[in-house]
Order: sequence, then structure tokens, then C-alpha cells
Amino acid sequence: MTVIGRFAVTTKRKQPFMGKPRSKGTESLANYLTQIFGPPSNSPPLAAHVRDGSREIKQGGGPGRLPEEFVAFLFVVCSSAGFRIALLEKSTQSQCINYLVFFFSPCVYTLQEADGDDKLLFPGEGEGELEGDSKADTPDVPPSTDNTPQCLNKALEGLSSRWKNWWIRGILSLTMIIGFFLIIYLGPIMLILVVMGVQIKCFHEIITIGYRVYHSYHLPWFRTLSWYFLICVNYFFYGETVADYFGALVRREEPLQFLVRYHRFISFALYLSGFCMFVLSLVKKHYRLQFYMFAWTHVTLLIVVTQSHLVIQNLFEGMIWFIVPISIVICNDIMAYIFGFFFGRTPLIKLSPKKTWEGFIGGFFATVVLSFFFAYLLSQYQYFVCPVEYNSETNRFAVECEPSNLFMIQEYTLPAVVQNAVRWKTVNLYPFQIHSIALSTFASLIGPFGGFFASGFKRAFKIKDFADTIPGHGGIMDRFDCQYLMATFVHVYITSFIRGPNPSKVLQQLLVLQPEQQLGIFNTLRNLLREKGMLPPAVEEAQ
Amino acid sequence: MTELRHRAGTETELQHQNSEDKGSETEGKEKDGASDNETKSDSGVPEVPVPADDTPEVLNKALSGLSSRWKNWWVRGILTLAMISFFFIIIYLGPMVLMMIVLCVQIKCFHEIITIGYSVYHSYHLPWFRTLSWYFLLCVNYFFYGETVTDYFFTLVQREEPLRILSKYHRFISFALYLTGFCMFVLSLVKKHYRLQFYMFGWTHVTLLIVVTQSHLIIHNLFEGMIWFIVPISCVICNDIMAYMFGFFFGRTPLIKLSPKKTWEGFIGGFFATIVFGILLSYVMSGYRYFVCPVEFNNDSNRFTVDCEPSDLFQLQDYGLPAVLQSITGWTTVKLYPFQIHSIALSAFASIMGPFGGFFASGFKRAFKIKDFANTIPGHGGIMDRFDCQYLMATFVNVYIASFIRGPNPSKVIQQLLALRPDQQLHIFNSLKAHLTEKGLLPALEEAA
Repeated sequence: MTVIGRFAVTTKRKQPFMGKPRSKGTESLANYLTQIFGPPSNSPPLAAHVRDGSREIKQGGGPGRLPEEFVAFLFVVCSSAGFRIALLEKSTQSQCINYLVFFFSPCVYTLQEADGDDKLLFPGEGEGELEGDSKADTPDVPPSTDNTPQCLNKALEGLSSRWKNWWIRGILSLTMIIGFFLIIYLGPIMLILVVMGVQIKCFHEIITIGYRVYHSYHLPWFRTLSWYFLICVNYFFYGETVADYFGALVRREEPLQFLVRYHRFISFALYLSGFCMFVLSLVKKHYRLQFYMFAWTHVTLLIVVTQSHLVIQNLFEGMIWFIVPISIVICNDIMAYIFGFFFGRTPLIKLSPKKTWEGFIGGFFATVVLSFFFAYLLSQYQYFVCPVEYNSETNRFAVECEPSNLFMIQEYTLPAVVQNAVRWKTVNLYPFQIHSIALSTFASLIGPFGGFFASGFKRAFKIKDFADTIPGHGGIMDRFDCQYLMATFVHVYITSFIRGPNPSKVLQQLLVLQPEQQLGIFNTLRNLLREKGMLPPAVEEAQ
Repeated sequence: MTELRHRAGTETELQHQNSEDKGSETEGKEKDGASDNETKSDSGVPEVPVPADDTPEVLNKALSGLSSRWKNWWVRGILTLAMISFFFIIIYLGPMVLMMIVLCVQIKCFHEIITIGYSVYHSYHLPWFRTLSWYFLLCVNYFFYGETVTDYFFTLVQREEPLRILSKYHRFISFALYLTGFCMFVLSLVKKHYRLQFYMFGWTHVTLLIVVTQSHLIIHNLFEGMIWFIVPISCVICNDIMAYMFGFFFGRTPLIKLSPKKTWEGFIGGFFATIVFGILLSYVMSGYRYFVCPVEFNNDSNRFTVDCEPSDLFQLQDYGLPAVLQSITGWTTVKLYPFQIHSIALSAFASIMGPFGGFFASGFKRAFKIKDFANTIPGHGGIMDRFDCQYLMATFVNVYIASFIRGPNPSKVIQQLLALRPDQQLHIFNSLKAHLTEKGLLPALEEAA
């Protein structure tokens, strides 16, 4: 028996992946319940599409699988219940959040299994890795310690280690979901703060991995410098955002005006100081390490910080542009797992042997359908649909507006083929639902690549998890690795297809131009508006 | 300090003669390499093979009679003169050629740095990776050039239908291209080479960040006016030379352990000399429209034109001297171009921060145990060796222009205006009208909308 971290892996014979649990021993209720609620430590992970057991995957066997079936059942029941309830009544914001809780709690509960994928493959792959990397001076990263909170430990001390893991993961998952809904309820400002917190934690996790890989924890200055660069880049990005969205506030306060006007220069000066500190900190025997850490920091900043800012910009467009993509990615994980569990045969990619084509395709279609309905559900509430505006009088964020065309029901005529099939001529849809099809297509087809990238990264650096922040789940990065590409895609999608430039930003730029240029633009605009009929035709004015 | 004088032997007299020589860093770097050998006792850092000497045959023949020191000296001298003349020729040829040259330099720098990466990681034969690096370079260039083209060639783009579609969905297309590269990377991960592949992926991205963004900032600066391209580059070159000369004659106190040959005297002397040089050079150049005018694309003739009414920045103005200077020089006012005052800021930056770029490149070469980035220019090393100080400068000039000189580009603002909804346009129209009326630029008789 090999022990990997917290999981005890028992070597068993190959299990047919669709097999019913072997009912060994007595069929007493207690045993059956044990089998149902047995810890899934060796069970096929959620995001994996279980294939026929291979030698490397040392599975725990039957009892470990039942929870997934049970939970899948729970998921279907809850989601349909929630959906039905939502359709029946117009509800307030808090009620709709309750529905979302129904909808998602089983989903994320099962999501916890996702990491089993890489953990289980680690020992099997490890030998293959060792010869390949023998030349490169990469040391093994020491396994992370268990940091389950004491209270949980105490409460669960009676149970065996498998049970304990299962419960820990379950409790943590529920906690995360509830936390997610709580912060949605608390509003945009909380969301921004949470995104920032997540970003900082992800950055910290990746940088810590870098330190361990290169044994560079004690490099002079380097920890300070990494955090300093993080602050600089964040300052730059947040400054650009604030200047855009808080235009009225900025114009009121004098120091803010100064900061905004010279923002790029100030950010550049801050970055340069960091750069000079780096050059001055180069120590004779550690040049290479320092350059490696410098590059590692910059690539991490590129990945983590830019994406988190795109997430916040999406958020400002409307909370629906934040919630729906994240939910789609989560849903795709779950659906792909379920389809893989029931139908998986053909492996998808060598990098993650548990993923199957059936899971991939089934997850794709299921995600498209589910997100279609979810988008329908959310499009009705102003709280989600309206752009987040900063009200300068009340000094608060307001989400009230006239919903744009995207969120008003329109009639679409069905193509003839579908008409014959369904016998409806037209269908009432929100245009946003059509966009959600594009979003879910992306999440299903390209999202997994983000997961493969993170898997490859973990294998390359021989780590099991990014960190140990969430007991039972690993680090924050483990939870968010598929989300990153999604955030960028949604942002690019919005700027390309949905909205035009921000009018207040355009006005701001206009006011900064030279007077002659302003006059020129004024005349151009006037002619344009006259052509469009929005202005009365010109009377000859004396200029 | 004997090392400082020791340099005087071979290539170095060269710099005395050519005021715009670009080659002052290299000889210092060659000798720095010797001190590295004891520092690299640690982790398996492989030796990068020494690049072969690729002096052109014709030069070799012509100089076959001389000893090796002289030969080196002459090779460097001739190449330096060739580079200077080349620089002036392309300035003469115009903005289009300059853009092409910047693009080529960028590609060559990228190639050099990536090749170093391959040598360091023995990853030259990684499947797909060379293709992927070039593909990413292409994507990022496409993205940046697309943004530039849309800004400056607005009318041309609106005219041609395929260009219009490409520019409307530009970000989406660029992102799709990048994603394809990303997916190819993930699919190309090979079991035993994960770490190497991730390293090369990281290496490529950092190189792109450094090389491609900076070259695009150079092109943005170029579009503001060729003076914004020439003066910064000349200031950096001048700083190198002046710092060397001052160091040669007066150098005593070492500046930084990373480059033992640099001295405080050279640093400070170079600082003041560069400022003076910058003021003089900008005085000379501000008189010519060719340098001063923003580069515009003329739709009718389909060419770049540099014809305009020079802005306030390039018109002589009277400045009253402070009382101290008045008593010394006996002048009450002095006629200056405002640009000369800006050139003081640019020279100050070049003198103070430029060397840090050089230190960074020195540290990089020491870290990876290479003497030069490549062997492209005989006697000088690679293109990166020539351009390492320029990079920070380009970013600084761009940020400087954006913060202190110009406002947003009017054609870009018009473009954004046209993309808005009519009710938003009306709202902006009214705000603008109110603003202009306030300023008195519009008569108050204007009809209200």
C-alpha cells in the first residue's frame, strides 16, 4: 500500500468503471450505508471521465463510487426543483439566491473530487518523470502538511481516515458555496475585494512553488520584490479601472485628479524602482536564480493579475457576466464527470488519462443546455443584469437601470426544421441566452485546456496541489485554474460583440483634447447627428 | 583601477573618434566574463557554446596583415561606421522604412534570446517548440500592429471592407489566435519533458513581454514625430560614450559590483555631458519639419507624409533667465524650444536609468554564462547587445509623451464616438457643446439640440 499525502491508496484489481458496487459481506443497512457514504478518497475524480481502470489508477473500488451516483441524483433533483420553483414565481433577490443554492450545492459538493485526478496519477507518473528530468536541477518539492482546522479534526476524530477526508471535503465545499452566494448577496464591492483576495492568494501560491523549486527562499530581497511588483501592477490596473468608472468622484477630489492625470507615469516610476532594486540586489553567486525568480514573478503577474482585472471589468458590465461564466465552468466540470462516469470509454488526452471523449462531448451538450436555462433564470433580475454604477451622491454602488435590449425578451422565429419538430412557430428568448451558448461552448471546448495546463504544470514541478489552503481541496489555484481563460474570453467577447466604448471615458478623453481638436470633433459629431436625424437640420450660424 | 586604463589598448580608441559609436558596452562585458567562472559552482548550469567568429571574409582578407589586436580594432571600427551610416540612411528613407527596421530588430532580438533559452535548457529538439515560439511572436505582433494600424490608418481601414471587419473584431481574432497557440502548447506536452516545456513557455512569454511591447512603444513614439525616436536613441548612445570617456580620464570609484569597470565619475560626468548634448541636438533637430511633425498617412497619395504646422513645442519661445544666470551670462532672456526642456528630462532618464538596463543585461549574460547575446555583428556581438539600454528608454518616452505632452489621439476618439449608440452620442454632443460654449469657443447663439 502506498500512501500519498492524506490518502491511503489500496491496490485493488481493476474495477469495471460502470460496475455496480460489489456487495461483499452482509447486506445489512449499516454496511450499505457505509458503502454509500464511504469516503471517495480513491474514487474517480469529478472532473475526470472515468475510464476502464488502468494500472496507474489505484482505485478504492465500489464503495468509493457510490457517493458520486448519489450526489449526481441529488443534483438532478435539486436543480429541477430549483428551476421549477423559479419559473413559478417572481421572486426577490434573496429568494433567487436560495434557488441558486439549491442548484449548486450538489454541484460543488461533487466538485471536490476533482483533484483526485492529479493526486492519483502522481505516483504512477512519477517514475516516468524522474528519468526525464534528471538533468535539470529540479528538486522535489516537499509534500505539504495537513492544515485541517482543529475543530474539524476533533469532530471527526472517531472516523477512519477515508471518512474523515470525505466529510472534510464535503464541509469545505458547502462552505465555499455558501461563501460564494453570500458575497454575491453582499454586492459588487465585496466581490471586488474577494477577487482581489483570491488574486493575492493565487500569486502567493505560485510564487511559493517557485521558491521551493529553486531553493530560493532565502534570496536577498526577493520576497519583498515579488510583492512589490504585485502591488505596482495592481496599482496600475486598478487605477485605470477607477479612472474609468469613478469619473465623477475623481473629478471632485483634487489629489485623485492629480493621481489620475499622471497615472501612467506614476505606475511606471513605481515599476522602475522595483526594477532598479532588482538590479541592485543581484548577488554574485545567485544571478541565475534571481533571474529565474524575476521571470517567474512576471509570468505569474501576467497570468494572475491581468485575468483578475478582466474578471472585475466583466463584473462592472453586470454581475451576470461574472456569475454565469463561473457557473458554466463549474457546471462543465460536473457534467463532464457525470457523463464520463456513466459512458466514458475513449481517453481524451495522455496528460489526463481519466478524461474521456464521451465525458467531453456529453459535458459540452449538457453545459450548453443548462447554461441556456440558467441564463434565462438570471436575466430576469435587475440586480444581476444592470451595469454596476457608482453613484456619486450616495457614495455607493448602485445596480439599477433600464435593462438593455440584451435582457429583454424577444421573439425569434424557429427555423423550419425545428418548427416541424416542436410545433412552435416562435420562441421567446432573451438575446443573452444566445450569447450564453457561445460562452458555454467556449467553456466546454477550451476550458479543459486550462485544466490540462495546470495539470501539466503540477506534473512538471512534481507537486500534488498548488498549496494547502483549503483542506481537502488544495490551494486556491486548484479551484480556479479553469476559470482563467474563461475570464479573458468573456472580456474579449464583451468588447467585441456586446458593448461599445464607455461613453463617460470618451467624454473624458474629449475634454482633454486641444480646443481646436474639440471644435473639429464637435462639428463632425454635429453633422453626423444631423444626418441621423437626431438634431434639427442646420440653420446657418455665424461662427 | 588599472583595468580602466587597460581597456584603452584595443578597441577603445575607436570610441574617441566616433562620437556616435554604439559599441561602448561590449569590451567591458568581455572582460567581465572572466570573473564569472568561479561564481557558477552551483546547480547544473550548462555551458553555452561560444559562438564562432563570423567576420565577413572580405574584411578578414583586407586585414590579414595586421596582428589580432589591431584587426579587432579595425573590425569594430568599420562595423561601427557601417552601423552609423545605416542609421542615417534609414532616417533619410522615411518612417515606413524605420518601422520595417524596428520590426526586423525586434525579430532578431527575439530570436537571439530564444536561442539562448534553447542552449541553456538543451531544449532545441523539443517537439513543436520552435514553431510555437515563432507563432506566439506572430500573434502578439499581429495584436499590437493591429491596434496601431487601426489608430493611425483609420480612414484607410474604413474604406476597405475586409480591413474593416478585421479591425472591428480585432481583439477577438487576436485572442483566438493566441488561444490556438496555447492549445497547441498543451497538446504538445510530452511526458518526460514537462518541465522543460514549461520553462520554454515562460521564457518565450517573458521575452515577448520585453522585446515586443518595447518595440511597439518605439513605433508609437515614431508616429508622434521622428524626433521622439531619434533624440532618445542618441541620448542613450551619447551617455554610453560620455560615461566611458569620463571614466577613462577621471574614473576612480567603482559604481556597482555587477560591472566593476563602471565608475561614479563616469556616471556623473556622463550625466551632465548627455544633458548638454541633448539640449544641443534637440535645438538642431527642432528646426526641421521632417523630424518634428507627426507621421500621418495621407489617404489620397497612400504615403506617409510629415508635413504640418509645428506645434507649440517646436516653436522658439522666450524664457526669462533666473537672476543668477542673468548676472553670469549677461542675457535677460533666452530663446529656446520648449522641446529642449523636455529633452533635459529625457537625457536625465537616459543617464540615470539607462545604465540599469545595461546592468540587467550584464547580469543576464553572467547568469547564463554567455559572452554576447549572439554573433550577428562582428566585433560587437548580437543585436541585443546594442539595444539593451534602449528598452527602458522607449517605454519611458512613451509614458512621458502620454502623460505630459499629448492628449488622446483625436482620430481614435472619433472612432470611439462613432461606435456609440445614438443616444449616447447625443448626450456627449450636448456635454461638449456646453463645455465649448463655456470656454467661449462657440458663440452662444448655437441652436439647442
